[in-house]
Amino acid sequence: MTATARSAAASAGAVPILAAQGLSARYGQVQALAPIDFEVGAGELVAVLGPNGAGKSTLLRAILGLVATGGEVRFLGTVLPRRNPVAVASRGVVLVPEGRGIFGPMTVLENLELGAYRLGRDAQERERRFARVYELFPRLKERLGQAAGSMSGGEQQMLAIGRALMADPRILLLDEPSLGLAPRVTEEILETLRVLNRSGLPVVLVEQRAPSALKLAHRAYLLSLGRLAAVIDPREVHSHEQLAQYYFA
Amino acid sequence: MNSSPSTILPKAVSVPARVSPRRHLAQAAPWLAAAAVVGYALVVGGYPATVVGFALIYAIFVSGLNIFMGLTAQVSFGQSAFAAIGGYGSAILTTQYDWTWAPAMLAGLAAAVAAAFVIGYPTLRLKGHYLSMATLAIGLIAHEIAVQWESVTLGYLGISGVPPIDIAGFELSSDRATLTMLTVCVLATAFAVARIRRSRLGRAFAGLAGSEDAARALGIDVARYKLLSFLLAAGFASFSGSLFVHVVGYVSPEVFSLHMVILSFTMLYVGGIGTVVGPVIGALVVSVLPETFRALRDYQDLAYGAALILLLIFAPRGLAGLFAALDTRRKP
Repeated sequence: MTATARSAAASAGAVPILAAQGLSARYGQVQALAPIDFEVGAGELVAVLGPNGAGKSTLLRAILGLVATGGEVRFLGTVLPRRNPVAVASRGVVLVPEGRGIFGPMTVLENLELGAYRLGRDAQERERRFARVYELFPRLKERLGQAAGSMSGGEQQMLAIGRALMADPRILLLDEPSLGLAPRVTEEILETLRVLNRSGLPVVLVEQRAPSALKLAHRAYLLSLGRLAAVIDPREVHSHEQLAQYYFA
Repeated sequence: MNSSPSTILPKAVSVPARVSPRRHLAQAAPWLAAAAVVGYALVVGGYPATVVGFALIYAIFVSGLNIFMGLTAQVSFGQSAFAAIGGYGSAILTTQYDWTWAPAMLAGLAAAVAAAFVIGYPTLRLKGHYLSMATLAIGLIAHEIAVQWESVTLGYLGISGVPPIDIAGFELSSDRATLTMLTVCVLATAFAVARIRRSRLGRAFAGLAGSEDAARALGIDVARYKLLSFLLAAGFASFSGSLFVHVVGYVSPEVFSLHMVILSFTMLYVGGIGTVVGPVIGALVVSVLPETFRALRDYQDLAYGAALILLLIFAPRGLAGLFAALDTRRKP
């Protein structure tokens, strides 16, 4: 990590709540992510940038334990179990997967309820979570009985984030939430992430649209070909040319 | 936010604004069609009652298969093994050990679920074609055991003299009594499947059917729910196997052969996979259809095959989907 990036992390009040050391991942014999150190501080929004095939999604999948990994991930001081995404999710590490992963034939309400699957029968807590989701995404409230698969891409992304919030995350990992969305809808989604982050929720945002992500992020990791290429302080990036320098360095 | 949480949270799981009469009709139509077929068999009795009776036994078997394949989106070619365990369990315990039908059926059920647990725990870690092949092997092995373990199963000779089910001293041996009892069993099975489908368990099944990774990311234990789904399917398979031997009074390995698997798959897809009524309507249609072509003699199989192909072309979501289209079709 560069000195400026460290200072950026410090300025965000970043006591690391998620810390990966030497985290690597492979699919069968293929090494998809070389060992990487990765940190997210309390209240931080960290962007993970890079072109297609850089290993961004793999990094999130590795944190959650959805792929075979090496190294260690600590969350709130304890080591997360490997290859056990259920145990990781139950500690509050919640992923909004690439392509949204909504359950198309189910209604919006059923999707949201599935997000609170681990809650059990605590009706009061369930109500609180529903209220939070409806506050952020009033449109979902209007479409509770609609099949999730019949909604627009933007609404599906809102549902995917809403469903993740129903799990009451302590850190939210998002894999390319802007994928396939119109710029205006993307801005709306990213603004929601800003609101969530300002409420104190740490966010890891994997994104190909680097300029949009850097507007939100306290810090950004740039990956290339499965390796860490740079750690970027968004305050140091003032133009597309400067950003391009990071990509082509 | 202006609204309070109590006004926000809906009380029911699904929230259709108002159920239209058209939707009521679409939901009731397949059940009414099934009731008409069963009612006809009850009135006429004899051979039609026997055919419809077998169809209802299959409806229970296919309903179990539907939990695993329709609700959970997994594939099993081996459910006949669990029907065999239930069937042979009932037959052996009632004929050789003088048990009454109810404890024998329960023992068969317990053995089938236990076997499903032992088999499913390692097997369900496989995916796609590998899972299909493994489950196919389970069915073939069960068939082979039924043939080879002659000291217990009597091999190809089979076990005869299985007593009919009796309730409070009343023996259900007539066509109509048997058909009535089977109708009650099918309704209870359909009710159970509908409850499972709408429950938290059913939502977990639907979640892992939609995307295993997305379900895992939400904290749903995919391996555990796959196994649960497999156990439920095995339970219904065992129940249908036991009913079969008590209704027919006889069991042999051919009953639980690969033919049973193929027939049940046909019923599931013709009826409508993933729906509650699909297995019932599918079992009735696939069982009754060949009989309606009996007059065609040599061309009976040809006509039956052509009818199935046409059904799958014009109703790719099954007959239940065709009925559902009554509700969604819009006026031009």
